[in-house]
Amino acid sequence: MSAPLVEVSAISRSYSMRSGMFGRATAVHAVDGVSLSIPKGETLGLVGESGSGKSTTGRIVLGLEPPDRGDVRFDGKPMAALGTQAWRTQRARMQMIFQDPLGALDRRLPVASQIREPLDIHGIGTVAEREDRVRELLRAVELTPAHGARYPGALSGGQRQRIVLARALATKPDFLVCDEPVSALDVSIQAQVVNLLCDLQARLSLTLLFISHDLRVIRQISTIVAVMYLGRIVEIGSADDLFARPEHPYTQALVSASPAPGRRSAGRIVLSGDPPNPAARPNGCAFHPRCPRALARCASEVPVLSAIGDGRQVACHLVTGPHVQTRDAA
Amino acid sequence: MTDTTLKDGSKLGSGVRRRISLPAIPLSVALAIAWIIAMLVVAALAEKIAPYGYTQLDLRNRLSAPGNVAHWLGTDELGRDVLSRLLVSIRISLLIAFGATAISAVVGTTLGFLAAHFRGLVEQLVLMLTDFQASMPFLIMALAVLAFFGNSLPLLIGLMGLFGWERYARIARGLAISANAQGYAAAVRQLGARPSRIYLRHILPNIASTLIVSTTLVFPEVILMESGLSFLGLGVQPPMTSLGNMVGYGREYLTRAPWIMLAPATTIVVTTLAVSVIGDWLRDKLDPTLQ
Amino acid sequence: MGRYFAIRIGRAALTIVLVVTFAFVVLRLSGDPALMILGPEAPPEVLAAFRKAWGLDDPIWFQYLDYFGAIAKGELGRSMRDGRPAIELVLERIPATLALTVPAFLLKVALGIPAGIYAALHRGSAIDRAVMMTAVAGFTVPSFVLALLLVLVFAVQLGWLPSGGQDSWRHAILPIATLSLGGAAVLARFTRSAMLEVLGQPYIRTASAKGVPWRMVVTSHALPNAAIPTVTILGFMVGTLIAGAVVVESVFAWPGVGRLLVVAVANRDLAVVQCILLLVALTMVTSNLIVDFLYGFLDPRLRAKGAHA
Repeated sequence: MSAPLVEVSAISRSYSMRSGMFGRATAVHAVDGVSLSIPKGETLGLVGESGSGKSTTGRIVLGLEPPDRGDVRFDGKPMAALGTQAWRTQRARMQMIFQDPLGALDRRLPVASQIREPLDIHGIGTVAEREDRVRELLRAVELTPAHGARYPGALSGGQRQRIVLARALATKPDFLVCDEPVSALDVSIQAQVVNLLCDLQARLSLTLLFISHDLRVIRQISTIVAVMYLGRIVEIGSADDLFARPEHPYTQALVSASPAPGRRSAGRIVLSGDPPNPAARPNGCAFHPRCPRALARCASEVPVLSAIGDGRQVACHLVTGPHVQTRDAA
Repeated sequence: MTDTTLKDGSKLGSGVRRRISLPAIPLSVALAIAWIIAMLVVAALAEKIAPYGYTQLDLRNRLSAPGNVAHWLGTDELGRDVLSRLLVSIRISLLIAFGATAISAVVGTTLGFLAAHFRGLVEQLVLMLTDFQASMPFLIMALAVLAFFGNSLPLLIGLMGLFGWERYARIARGLAISANAQGYAAAVRQLGARPSRIYLRHILPNIASTLIVSTTLVFPEVILMESGLSFLGLGVQPPMTSLGNMVGYGREYLTRAPWIMLAPATTIVVTTLAVSVIGDWLRDKLDPTLQ
Repeated sequence: MGRYFAIRIGRAALTIVLVVTFAFVVLRLSGDPALMILGPEAPPEVLAAFRKAWGLDDPIWFQYLDYFGAIAKGELGRSMRDGRPAIELVLERIPATLALTVPAFLLKVALGIPAGIYAALHRGSAIDRAVMMTAVAGFTVPSFVLALLLVLVFAVQLGWLPSGGQDSWRHAILPIATLSLGGAAVLARFTRSAMLEVLGQPYIRTASAKGVPWRMVVTSHALPNAAIPTVTILGFMVGTLIAGAVVVESVFAWPGVGRLLVVAVANRDLAVVQCILLLVALTMVTSNLIVDFLYGFLDPRLRAKGAHA
C-alpha cells in the first residue's frame, strides 16, 4: 500500500431535526467519529443500510459539507473551506458520481456541453482542445460523439451515468466519490457501469470511495471495505479478507445475506428487530438490539474500533473483548 | 430563451419531459397572440402610421364622430385625431408596461437568488420585504411616492417596476433552494463553478418557464395600474399621452363624445385580456403547479 | 397556538414599522421636510421652530426615532391647503368611504361566494361558464372603465341615476355597483377553485363512497374546508377597501378618503398623504391579523399542532 491520498480523522456530523412545525428540535448524529484512510490508487467500499451515515461521510470526505468535529486531509493538506476560491480550484482534483444521473444533469443543455463544463470552469485548454477532450471522454465511457449532441432526457439511465462519469473525469481528477452510482440502474446495466468504473480506475489509477448498500457491487470493485452502522464504522479490512472471514456480527449478517460464488448460501443470518433509526440510537453498541449474540455489556458500553491484525479493525465486544475465539460460530 | 423553453419545456424535479407541439394552438390563444403582435407593431411604428401628429389640432373638426374619412376614430375636444393619439398612447403604455415588467422581473429574480444563495439574514430580509410588498396595496404606495417626488416618465417606469417583484422573488427563491438542495445545481457546484455560473447558466434557464408565466400575470396588472394612475391625472402627464390618460380626459366628454374614451378603454381591456389568455395557456403548457 | 399568534402579531408590528420607515425615507429623500410639511409660504421663524421641534438638526437615526415618537403621539402634521391637522381631515372623510365600501363588500360576498360554490358544484354548466367569463372580465376591465360604462348606460343614456355627487342614496348606487361587480367576479372565481380543490380530495370521495348523502358531503365536509382559503382572500379584500375606493370616488366625485388622497397627491399635500398611508397600513395589518386569528381557529391542523406546543 502506498501513501494515503485521503485521510479522514474522527469526523462527526449531526443535524437538528424538528418534528412538525412546532416540535422540539432533536440532534441526529449522522456521522459519529469516523476515521478512514484511502491509499492512492485503491478503492474503499463503504457499505451500510440507509441511515447509516455513509452518504454524509462521502460528502464530508469530498468537502461538500464541513464536519462538526474532526478533519479531512487530501494529499497531505487540509481540505479548503467550503465555497472559497481554493475550494473551487480543488474540485478539479476530486469529483462526485451521484445516485441519480438525471438529477445531476441539466436537462436543458446537450450532454457534450455538460461534459465540457468542468474544463470551462477551470479554464483548461483552448476551445479546440476542450472539444477534443469531450470526444475522448465520450469514447472513454464507451459512448459515441453522436450521444454528445443529445439532451439528458433522450438518453437511457446507463448512458446518463456514463455522461456523469465522463464529466467527472474531464479534469483528470485523482479522487472520485461514487455515492450509490448504480443503485438507480437496472441490474443488467449495473454490471456494465461497474465494469467500466473498474477499468477506468485501473487505467487512470484513480482513488475511489465507493458508497453502496449492495455487497455484490462493493465486492466487485473494492480493495478495502468499511462497514457502517448508525454513523459509526463497525468493521474495516481488506476486501478479500473481510468477505472471507467477517468478524462483526453485523458484517456476518450482511455477508450471509449476499450470495457469492463458491460459498454455500445456507446459514443465512436473519436480523430481527427494528431497522436502524438515526434519531433514536440505542445506548452502548448501536447494533445490540438486533445482534443475535449480544452480551449484557453491549447495551451499556460502546465498543471501540480496535485492530485485530492483518489491517483489520472491528468494533465489537465479542471480538475485541475476552471472547475473541468466537469467530467460528458463523 | 422562449424558444428553448417551448421546445424543451420540462418541469423542475418532475421526472417527465413534456414536448409541446406548436401547431396545436387554440383559436383564442392565436387571436390573443395576433393582437399582442399587432400592438407591438403599432408601438414600434406609431409615429409612422399615425395619420396626424398626436398633438396636431384641427379646430374646425372638434368632437367629430368616428367613421368619417378624415378621422376614422373621430376627434377630441381640440380636434386632435383620436386614432393618432391612440397609436401614440399604445406606444407609451406598452413602453411603461414592458420597462416596468422587465425591472420587476430582474429585481425580483435577483433578490430571490440572493435569498436562496446566502440564506440566513439576507433571506429573512428579502422575505420581510416580500411580505411587506404583498400586504400593502400598491396603488397607495405608488400615490405616496408620486406625491413626494412629483412625476416624470423614468420615475413612473421605475415606480411601476416595483410592482410585482415579490412574486418573482418568491418563485426564484423557492426553485433555487430546491435546485441547490439536490440535483443539477449541486452537481455543478461540486464541479467548482462560481455562484454566478450556477445561477445564470443553469438555474435561470431551468426556472425560466415559471418566470415567464409569472410575467404574463404581472404585465396586465402593470398596464391596469399605469392606466389607473394616468386616468387619475397622476401618471403620464400631458402633452404626453397614454391609454389611461386618454380615458381620463375623455370622461369629460362622456355625454357628447363617448368615442374618445371608448377607443382607449377597449384597447386596455383587449390587451390585458390577450395577455391573460396567453398566460393561462402557457401556464397549462409549461407549469401546471402555478395558480 | 400561542407561538403562532405571537409570530403574526410580531409580523404585523413589523409591517407598520416598515411603512413608517418608508414614509420617513421618502420624506427625507424628497427635500426639506419643514418646507414640505409647512409649505413654501411658511415664515422663516415658523420653519426654524418646526426644525427645532422635529429635531431636524439631530443625527439622522435620532430623527428617525423622533419621527416614530411623533407618529405614536398622533402628530401627523398639518394640511398644506387649509392648515388643519391632517388627521382631522382624513377622519372626517372616513364615513363617506365606509358608506360605499361596506355595502360593496357585503354585495361582493353575497354575489361572489354563492356563485362560486354553485359553479363548482355544477362544473361545466352554462352558469359555471358564465361565472368564469364574468370573472375574466372582472379582472381585465379596470374599475375606471367599468365606472364610466355604467355612467354612460345608466346616467347618460337611460337617465335613471345621477352620474356623480353625494346628495341622496341614489348617488351611491353606481359607485357601489362598480366596487362590487369586479370584486364579486374575482371572489366567485376564487371560491370556485377553492371548492374544486376540496372536492377533489380523497376524504370527499371517501365520504361519498361511504354513502353519505351528497348534500351532507358538501355542507359538512367541502364547505368548511373551502372556507379556509376564502377567508384569507376576504381579509385581503377588507384591507384594500380604502385603496379600492380611490378610483371610484374620483370618478363619481364622492367625497371620501380615496378622493382626498388623489387631491392631496395632486397638490403634494404631504401631511395628508402620509396620514392616509398610515391609515391604509393599519387597516391592512388589522384585517390580516383578524384573518390569521380566524385561520388559526378554522384550520384544525393548526389547532392540533398548537396543542402540542
